[in-house]
Amino acid sequence: MSKKIMANPRNAYGETLVKLGEKYPNLVVLDADLSKSTKTIMFAKKYPERFFEMGIAEANMISTAAGLASCGKIPFASTFAVFATGRVYDQIRIDLAYSQANVKIFATHGGISVGKDGASHQMIEDIALMRVLPNMTVLAPSDATQTGKIVELMATNKGPMYARIGRANAPIIYDKDYIESVELGKGMMVEDGSDVTIIACGTMVDPAIDARKTLLKQGINAQLIDMHTIKPLDEKLVIKCAKKTGAIITAEEHSIIGGLGGAIAETLAENSLPVRFRRMGIKDRFCESGEPKDLLEKYGLNEKHIVKNVKDLIDR
Amino acid sequence: MEHYDKKIIERLDLMAVNVRKHVIEMLYRAKSGHPGGSLSAVDMIVALYFAHMNHDSKNPNDPDRDRFILSKGHAVPALYAVLAESGYFSVDELKNLREINCMLQGHPVCSYVPGIEASTGSLGHGLSFANGVALAGKLDENEYNVYVMMGDGETDEGQVWEAAAAASHYKLDNLTAFIDRNFLQIDGNTEEVMRLESARDRWSSFGWHVTEIDGHNMKQILDALNETDNHKRQPSVIILNTVKGKGVSFMENNVDFHGVPPNEMEYNMAMEELDLIQKKLEG
Repeated sequence: MSKKIMANPRNAYGETLVKLGEKYPNLVVLDADLSKSTKTIMFAKKYPERFFEMGIAEANMISTAAGLASCGKIPFASTFAVFATGRVYDQIRIDLAYSQANVKIFATHGGISVGKDGASHQMIEDIALMRVLPNMTVLAPSDATQTGKIVELMATNKGPMYARIGRANAPIIYDKDYIESVELGKGMMVEDGSDVTIIACGTMVDPAIDARKTLLKQGINAQLIDMHTIKPLDEKLVIKCAKKTGAIITAEEHSIIGGLGGAIAETLAENSLPVRFRRMGIKDRFCESGEPKDLLEKYGLNEKHIVKNVKDLIDR
Repeated sequence: MEHYDKKIIERLDLMAVNVRKHVIEMLYRAKSGHPGGSLSAVDMIVALYFAHMNHDSKNPNDPDRDRFILSKGHAVPALYAVLAESGYFSVDELKNLREINCMLQGHPVCSYVPGIEASTGSLGHGLSFANGVALAGKLDENEYNVYVMMGDGETDEGQVWEAAAAASHYKLDNLTAFIDRNFLQIDGNTEEVMRLESARDRWSSFGWHVTEIDGHNMKQILDALNETDNHKRQPSVIILNTVKGKGVSFMENNVDFHGVPPNEMEYNMAMEELDLIQKKLEG
């Protein structure tokens, strides 16, 4: 296997904010004492007057962002996914979703690959929490390149949005030219195939690419979709994949309840599509401290597990 | 102390009675809503919209406008009545409060009601929202003022104090908060439910400029607004000593009227009392 080029999606976020900051004077950024980790510090250094340090007070940060948006600002509010969603659910519900505020929540440290900080910091419910809110767009970019493009699309499209990335470095999947075709609400066909469809988001796209290669060697031709937008879901694409391959497996670093897998299950069931279907994700439990790769192995979210699940699903 | 034209005070007092009548009428029709906290908030809201704020109902999105955020969203009947009387929408619309297929929701929503700045109703958000508006004003070097009204019970909420710290940290002197200090919340006296005193010391210790007035006295209200608008380098809070249910004798200081509308008999009695006050003011 050729060596992968790694990049941190968090850096891509910070760098893109700086780039957008020049183009959009109304873009402002808020953080809750985690700017060094979320990388909003890059923006803070370049545009100190447009950066608002809110301290360890996330509820205040979200509602303040809504106030800024009401005056025509484009606020990006950042912190870890645990603090950016569950902790401030009511503020997001009323001040952003109900109010249709043009606020962008950009969360880092989503999923269990946060690692040693343990379950308190491993956010596996955020996509479900945000997806259930009317008016919310929910995003989970998969690599640094896509993260940059998604941040740009968040800034240029109206409405409340939530995006989450992981903590760790991630292999670069896309080149800059390919990424220009990214649209909110449109899944990306990473690899075409005919035997089964793997639909992954965020940190699970890269292991799914590896899994696909392994499966191909074993005579299984899987197609792979990067579903960076979980809401609004690209239902047309899901239906097309179901009809084409008759088997769908979803993979996300999130609870199997209410996230990408849940959204796709709803679409398949409501369209009466007779497919073999399986959700890969955290199986309704809290995880634990540990090295990211050990956690992903223990809780069933790596290349090996994708390969096994695909073979189980299609009985091969 | 400023000397106001006596006519301004009279006009505001009269409008306040008018708004109270709207509130009673609206809640009686809707058969639900919050009379107590709406009536205690009326005078400040009337003073803001009819004598103090720079606003234009024909241009509700004017970027230069002063903003009023009603954080205690359950008092919105008072604000709806004031907005209607100011021309943001028709007075006739007030009849449809809390009705299906109608604009005026039980609690404020900003996405489609002209003049409503923030969606509130879940307590504790409004001051943070106002901070955002004030920060934007500073950033744009815009001269507008931001006003936000909280209930006294509302300040039990932790978010209020996150916001209080931030407003002081960012020296938001374009922001004035009001505490509708009527000493009553749903479960009883604020001091028994969750002690708030000394409210003045709390705000002061968070770095705020604190003023305390009779929240039903128009002259004191206008004086306090003029004073806090000109106070620099600190956010201001005006503690409004008010009476829950103000203007309707049997609702005054009666916590049972926090979230219960008047029945027919109570409606008639309330309107009679308010008519009487109105006649007196009209001389």
